[in-house]
Amino acid sequence: MYAYDEIDRTLVNERVSEFRDQVKRRLSGELTEDEFKILRLQNGVYLQLHAYMFRVAIPYGTLATNQLRALAHVARKYDRGYGHFTTRQNIQFNWIKLAELPDALEDLAKVGIHAMQTSGNNMRNVTSDQWAGVAPGEIEDPRIWSELIRQHTTLHPEFSFLPRKFKIAITASDHDRAAIKIHDIGLRLIKNEKNETGFEVLVGGGLGRTPFIAKTIKHFVHGRDILSYIEAILRVYNQYGRRDNIYKARIKILVHELGIEKFSREVEDEWQHIRNSSLQIDDEVIEDIRSRFTYPAYEKLPHMPDELRQAAADPDFEAWRKNSVAPHKVQGYSIVTISLKPIGAPPGDATAEQMDALADLADKYSFGEIRVGHEQNLALPHVAKRDLPALWKALDKLGLATPNVNLITDIIACPGLDYCSLANARSIPIAQELTRRFANHELANLIGRLHINISGCINACGHHHVGHIGILGVEKNGEEVYQITIGGRADENAALGTLIGPGVKFDEVADVIEDVVEAYLALRERPEELFMDTVKRLGVEPFKERVYATR
Amino acid sequence: MPLVNGGKIADDSFVKLAVDTPLPEGGDILVPAERFLGEADALLKRAGKLGVIWPNSRDIAELVPYLGKLATVALVFPTFRDGRAYSQARLLRERYNYRGELRATGQVLRDQFVFMLRAGFDSFEVKKQADAEAFMQTAKRYSVFYQPTGDGRITALHRRMQLRHSEGVGT
Repeated sequence: MYAYDEIDRTLVNERVSEFRDQVKRRLSGELTEDEFKILRLQNGVYLQLHAYMFRVAIPYGTLATNQLRALAHVARKYDRGYGHFTTRQNIQFNWIKLAELPDALEDLAKVGIHAMQTSGNNMRNVTSDQWAGVAPGEIEDPRIWSELIRQHTTLHPEFSFLPRKFKIAITASDHDRAAIKIHDIGLRLIKNEKNETGFEVLVGGGLGRTPFIAKTIKHFVHGRDILSYIEAILRVYNQYGRRDNIYKARIKILVHELGIEKFSREVEDEWQHIRNSSLQIDDEVIEDIRSRFTYPAYEKLPHMPDELRQAAADPDFEAWRKNSVAPHKVQGYSIVTISLKPIGAPPGDATAEQMDALADLADKYSFGEIRVGHEQNLALPHVAKRDLPALWKALDKLGLATPNVNLITDIIACPGLDYCSLANARSIPIAQELTRRFANHELANLIGRLHINISGCINACGHHHVGHIGILGVEKNGEEVYQITIGGRADENAALGTLIGPGVKFDEVADVIEDVVEAYLALRERPEELFMDTVKRLGVEPFKERVYATR
Repeated sequence: MPLVNGGKIADDSFVKLAVDTPLPEGGDILVPAERFLGEADALLKRAGKLGVIWPNSRDIAELVPYLGKLATVALVFPTFRDGRAYSQARLLRERYNYRGELRATGQVLRDQFVFMLRAGFDSFEVKKQADAEAFMQTAKRYSVFYQPTGDGRITALHRRMQLRHSEGVGT
């Protein structure tokens, strides 16, 4: 965990008081809605269909238990008793009253949580691997760098009014859980031949109306130069990114229009001017940030404790353990993913009671730490294996032990037309219906790893382009129509899905997905061949035939 | 539109000329970039101070040969959501060492003051009277800064280093 010092606390408090003044000026009419809009967006406040929506940052997905309790408190006191975890390590509250927002922010500031730059055309919350610091084989903890970049991007005097939003993600593992290739800047932490830490820098990824997978702009940028390199990219983007058309304003379009070679030359020129400036980070500064991350005092524990051996007799426990428990870098410990995708419920929602109870469990079993992943699930990063049976029982009571992590019912979905003023179609009801269709755990397990991503409009908040199965809701002649893609993925082999054919109506979507899945089960060479691999081997054609033969 | 200069509301001695306004005999003038580049020699010979209004879509490097002779550079925020002039300002101050007045024009609200000061602006054509009056108070709103810029304010990272070293002295 990173502990805020007096300096960080002061800044967050100053931001709360500035926002309080802005709200006051809006309520008194001193600020027009048009002026206020930009200011509230800089602080995570959207106007949705029914009310203001408030998005709070969970930088690089790390939460302490007092922070999770504060989020529960906000859900209870200022909202309707629940929150919604997003695909970018944020939490959203959907029913906030404008006049109460400054108080909610102040309550969060007390535990070092803020909503700065969770929306608006600025540098958004820096995201990372939810298993950072505990994943076996990780090069080093990417949160040190994430925090450094979080600080550098917070209230940046030059880049707070960019052409469009700007997202940075960092991974330090071979398997990319942070989806860096669909970010404006993706950073892959690596070591050079001298064993020095640096980054492969990718640029220009993004979804939305015109999706692109990020391209490598530089194979190695030394850690000490990472801030100046990011600054160079942003300076080029701030000056030359398009501002005439909101749909062409992301950096991906600039990179595409200039070409990666020309774009990288521009960045290189700019970087040579600033790399030897005060943006250079010396080791002492990095060590200072590192020193404010605390790590658990792990015990020396057996690989296979008696508790685990005994619990193995319970098939329900085993189903959960096999699905939701992952290896930890320290022997005797595990990483436990907590599915926020119970059958029939909106993906990513958690009630205030669940958050509080989870905070208690994290104190008891995970050294007071919780993680948030971009798949809209949570994780307890340091659970002793001997505690797994007790933890499972407690989670099950809370409705938080659905063994469907990475399975077909572990759906990513945006809020869609139920909440969002941009949406053209509903997302949540589609997700709910799909979880009911595939509720049988044996069936879901038989299907194996399969990610369904659903967006209710072209803005792609549900990442449909990179779902193994992607579902995009659009509006056609006043009706909701859904386009289905297959073969997308968001990991280190990121790819965009391919459309399988004409759109289908709302009440046909679940049938079509069942057809796609049945086609896969019939087509796969062996049970271990995952959906993704079958699509890669055969292309979309056989799936298309199956779906449209009878329609 | 009130002008804030040196931290307080001040009179504006400059007259803004359009592309085709006849050149006045004396007095301080601000001219658009295009006209400035076309008539630079004549304009620089005049008595009275000279400033240029530079659009945010034009490379600021074009202005470099003249920087020593200009009293004012006015950068433009067509709307406050268009942040290109922040980059131009930092380049002028930090790369090209411009030391004259750097003026923010266009849609300038109190909510940008801190960003603008950090980027190197020292003069502000403020849209609203109330914002201009609140300048000093707003400028002091933040005491912590995470990024180094040419304004010389100490960053959080360096303040931490200082604290660490000063603590070290006593032990």
